[in-house]
Amino acid sequence: MSEGSTVLPTGIPGPVPSPDGLDAPYWEATRRHELVAQRCRACGGWQWYAEWICHRCHSFDLGFEPVPGPAILFSWERAHHPVHPALRDAGPYVVVLVEFPEADGIRMLGNLAGDPMQAVEIGARVEPVFEDHDEGAIPFTLVQWRRG
Amino acid sequence: MPVDRTIRGRVAVAGVGETPYYKHGQSPDAQFKLTLMAILAAAEDAGLDPREIDGFATYANDANDAGRLATALGCRELRYANMVFGGGGGGGSGAVGNAAAAIHAGLADCVVVYRGLAQGQGVRFGQAGGYPTQIAGEPATWIPYGVMSPAQMFAMRTTRLMHEHGIERSALRAIALASYHHAQQNPRAVMRGRPLDEAGYDASRWIVEPFKLFDCCLENDGAAALILVPAERAKDLRKPPCYVLGAAQGAEYRSSAGTHNNPDYATASFKTVAPRLYAMAGVGPSDVDVVQSYENFTGGVVMSLIEHGFCTYEEANEFLTLENLIAPTGRLPLNTSGGNLAECYMHGLELNIEAVRQIRGESPNPVPGANVALVSSGPMVTPATNVIVGSEATL
Repeated sequence: MSEGSTVLPTGIPGPVPSPDGLDAPYWEATRRHELVAQRCRACGGWQWYAEWICHRCHSFDLGFEPVPGPAILFSWERAHHPVHPALRDAGPYVVVLVEFPEADGIRMLGNLAGDPMQAVEIGARVEPVFEDHDEGAIPFTLVQWRRG
Repeated sequence: MPVDRTIRGRVAVAGVGETPYYKHGQSPDAQFKLTLMAILAAAEDAGLDPREIDGFATYANDANDAGRLATALGCRELRYANMVFGGGGGGGSGAVGNAAAAIHAGLADCVVVYRGLAQGQGVRFGQAGGYPTQIAGEPATWIPYGVMSPAQMFAMRTTRLMHEHGIERSALRAIALASYHHAQQNPRAVMRGRPLDEAGYDASRWIVEPFKLFDCCLENDGAAALILVPAERAKDLRKPPCYVLGAAQGAEYRSSAGTHNNPDYATASFKTVAPRLYAMAGVGPSDVDVVQSYENFTGGVVMSLIEHGFCTYEEANEFLTLENLIAPTGRLPLNTSGGNLAECYMHGLELNIEAVRQIRGESPNPVPGANVALVSSGPMVTPATNVIVGSEATL
């Protein structure tokens, strides 16, 4: 992806940390171009999306750590029919679900950068691309994906 | 597996009714009025005074308040008001099950299950509503990536299903064709007079791959209702009783893990729910004469049918053909009113009504001698729910 370009047009809702702070460390890390997820300080287990309790050991002592290991393309879709005004003339785009086998198989979701009509292969290695959005009142960074 | 605590045969559906079904935004009547009309139609069908209704059960955050309905109808006493969690159509059969459980437990005597929906007067499901500029919480991990509509939320599960199990497009297509086939005989169906064949399906545009236009449910206005009473009372009413044989709700381990993190991903959420349903009903898949399986999207129907034991993953491509899925001759007549794809998207409650009509022999596409009908509601959501209803002969 070239500098300054974005996979989807601007104008669709941008993420803000949840008011209760649950996922704030994740979104703050994306601004530093770091990919983190929730990890239990008691049992070491990973979990995503974030929750206030570890579903394995019920500890409330959860932190956010860089996600280890490869990211593997787990599933995908190619959206054609626009459901938001900002996407009306944007053409198709690919959404991918990415799995991290070395982080207890947690998954994250984003867009696949590049040709929207490219062949998409489940099982392929992908890597994150941090897409800064500094245009609005509340800057944010999305985590997109490209073939590794 | 015998079940000690059961509602099997204790409660019956005595009446069913609906308003005319409209394309979204085209109802001449307000949503609340539509809901009242459907309830009155169900009471008329049962041959009972709607003022005798003392319980209301619904789902999907239905906006038609139970207290207001009871008040508007002049119901003598309100004894039960209940809503199944979940914003989608997963709760339709669950609401029937809750009504039956309430009656069997003595909480109420005459419960109406209802759904009133006029999307033109509220938020449409197939469009991103409200257009906020910021989004917080778990949806912030998908909405900014253009995942906004139900089709976009569920397409990746179907991609994974097709990948893991080699499910082919022909299986999805057969489900769409069966619904359209049945709708042609159904005067209530919005898509009556709009037949669909293989070429029409194949030529339809992509909504979100792997879903084509005809893999997706409609969006409609209208209302539907079913009235349940104790089995003994049902025998004295106008129509033959349609007995509730079993009902179940739920989903697998961590099914609601956010951002598509449910460990078993390509599931309709019936893997634990279907065995409980069969255990209570005392029947198995081979005893089911006709199936109504909620079609938000055809891929979810494939999952639902497999998880209810009608075929295996390996058999699915061979089994899921138009010939096998249509009444009266198919091996497993499916969605015999046209369902969410071609009768009306009444959030699946039209499927529960069609199951009752099959048991009564009143279906527009009757399955001869149908005694056992299964309804599964809301694949790929939590909770998913289901119900089995049967004729007098099943008791």
